[in-house]
Amino acid sequence: MSDNQWQDPDIIRGALKLSRIAIVGLSSKELRASNFVARYMRYHGYEVVPVNPAEKEILGLPCYPTLADIPGGVEMVDVFRQPKLVPDIAGESLAIGAKCLWLQFGVISEEGANIAAQGGMDVVMDRCLKIEHARYHGRLHWLGLNTGNISARRSKPD
Amino acid sequence: MADREFGFETRTVHAGSRPEPTTGARATPIYQTTSYVFEDTEAAAAYFNLQEYGNTYSRIMNPSVAAFEERIANLDGGAGAVAFASGLAAQSAVLFTLLRPGDHVVCSSALYGGSVTQFKHVLGKLSVGLEFVDPDDLEAWRGAIGDNTKLLFAETIGNPGGNILDIEAVAQLAHEHGCPLMVDNTFATPYLCRPLEWGADLVVYSATKFLGGHGTSLGGVVVDSGEFNWSNGRFPVVADPSPAYHGLAFHETFGVYGFLTKLRAETLRDLGAALSPFNAFLLAQGVETLPLRMRAHVANAQTVAEFLQSHPMVARVTYPGLPDSRYRSLVEKYLPLGCSAVFCFDLPGGREAGRRFIEALSLFSHLANVGDAKSLVIHPASTTHRQLNDQELTAAGIGSGTIRLSVGIEDAGDLVWDLEQGFSALEAAP
Repeated sequence: MSDNQWQDPDIIRGALKLSRIAIVGLSSKELRASNFVARYMRYHGYEVVPVNPAEKEILGLPCYPTLADIPGGVEMVDVFRQPKLVPDIAGESLAIGAKCLWLQFGVISEEGANIAAQGGMDVVMDRCLKIEHARYHGRLHWLGLNTGNISARRSKPD
Repeated sequence: MADREFGFETRTVHAGSRPEPTTGARATPIYQTTSYVFEDTEAAAAYFNLQEYGNTYSRIMNPSVAAFEERIANLDGGAGAVAFASGLAAQSAVLFTLLRPGDHVVCSSALYGGSVTQFKHVLGKLSVGLEFVDPDDLEAWRGAIGDNTKLLFAETIGNPGGNILDIEAVAQLAHEHGCPLMVDNTFATPYLCRPLEWGADLVVYSATKFLGGHGTSLGGVVVDSGEFNWSNGRFPVVADPSPAYHGLAFHETFGVYGFLTKLRAETLRDLGAALSPFNAFLLAQGVETLPLRMRAHVANAQTVAEFLQSHPMVARVTYPGLPDSRYRSLVEKYLPLGCSAVFCFDLPGGREAGRRFIEALSLFSHLANVGDAKSLVIHPASTTHRQLNDQELTAAGIGSGTIRLSVGIEDAGDLVWDLEQGFSALEAAP
């Protein structure tokens, strides 16, 4: 689908196998993209950990002010913040031992991506976690969107 | 490692159509259902809120239709596609999604007559301004764009005059003014030209024509590149929270899929011109042979056009694939595999000669369609372009003796033989 090193299909598919995801910048407002993603990922069996210093609880889940405050850490950090904040978030993600830094649509920071990658993390940038899950495991093809999936193999029923 | 980039012919057969997981059915099933059972009330709410991808009602989405949509989106290199009941329904949907009273559209004057009528009268009723321009004149395009212009529109290969659009130049001009370019690529199909690769933002098709290819099924489809910046300040109608969808901001929330989501979840929902699952099945099956058919259409069209050009009774042939075409350099750039198979020629003797010619043919079908495997013929001034006045007819390249052909995939020698019957009838006439 893309020549972009931060949109490697193998890395995306690997990231989707992780199960505990911190969402940095998760909004409590129902119509925000971050809220859509959190609801969706929970619905599909992922454990979502909200990170937002302005909230105590989102979607009935305890909300933490920073990544370092999360008990037990997380495997993936999904970011809905301004690009200029990403280098710091990448550093915090490395510090808590997360395996993947996922930067949503428009959250573009080469510097932040490089910090995470040099620390050994997988990085996905300018992609939506919900859409990529739906591309490989879900129902993106029900919407007439170009999933890029070409295969004559029979998959498991949805 | 990047996934394999499959070739065009592979994608015509496979894109959008994986084996059905529950039954293993290899062909995409015809999901002839209006509606879909929800797992529970929570899932139902999530579907209607667009928080989860789920089928709700076939006016908005249907798995057979989705397979066809994804196939076309894939072939054109778009982010996605939304299908409609016809090509004109697809165009209407884009207009209704983008435009508000007081807006303005700039449009090629060399269009299918139904499109001319649609733009002129529907937009007029909605108090949207419209300016037709000579599609070959870049300065005319430039001069027509105003502060309130929201869309530029033209055909890749003009119907029926054969104008070839300089897509890259017009797209660049559109983007300089913060506007999207929509291209009707019905004649070229994604096999011969992919306008998104040249900077167009939206592509629209009458799938009824070459995509379906067999004259069985009406359908239309809009493909979106996903790359246009709808948040550039000119399109609050796409970018701002929508009162028609409980305040959802489509571009911000769905990113590259924002326009497509609005087109489906609002416009298709509200205008209601959904493609039927059975038509989607037939159209998607047609696309499986698109490269094979287009190669045959192009080869036959070249033979027929050259025959007509060499015929002493023919005044003009508009096939842009002829060596002396004024569009030759644009053809080499945009249509290296050929110029499709719809064009016109002029007979001396006007309307009466046209009538006698058409009535003498026995293989070309006299009807109002193009892009069928079967060869077709019509007299545009009295049929497809009948609503146009004389000035509009001239702008569209149509005279009173103009005959339009859609060259099919029969034996080329048989087609030339049939046209000779037409000329014989003219020679025999008093």
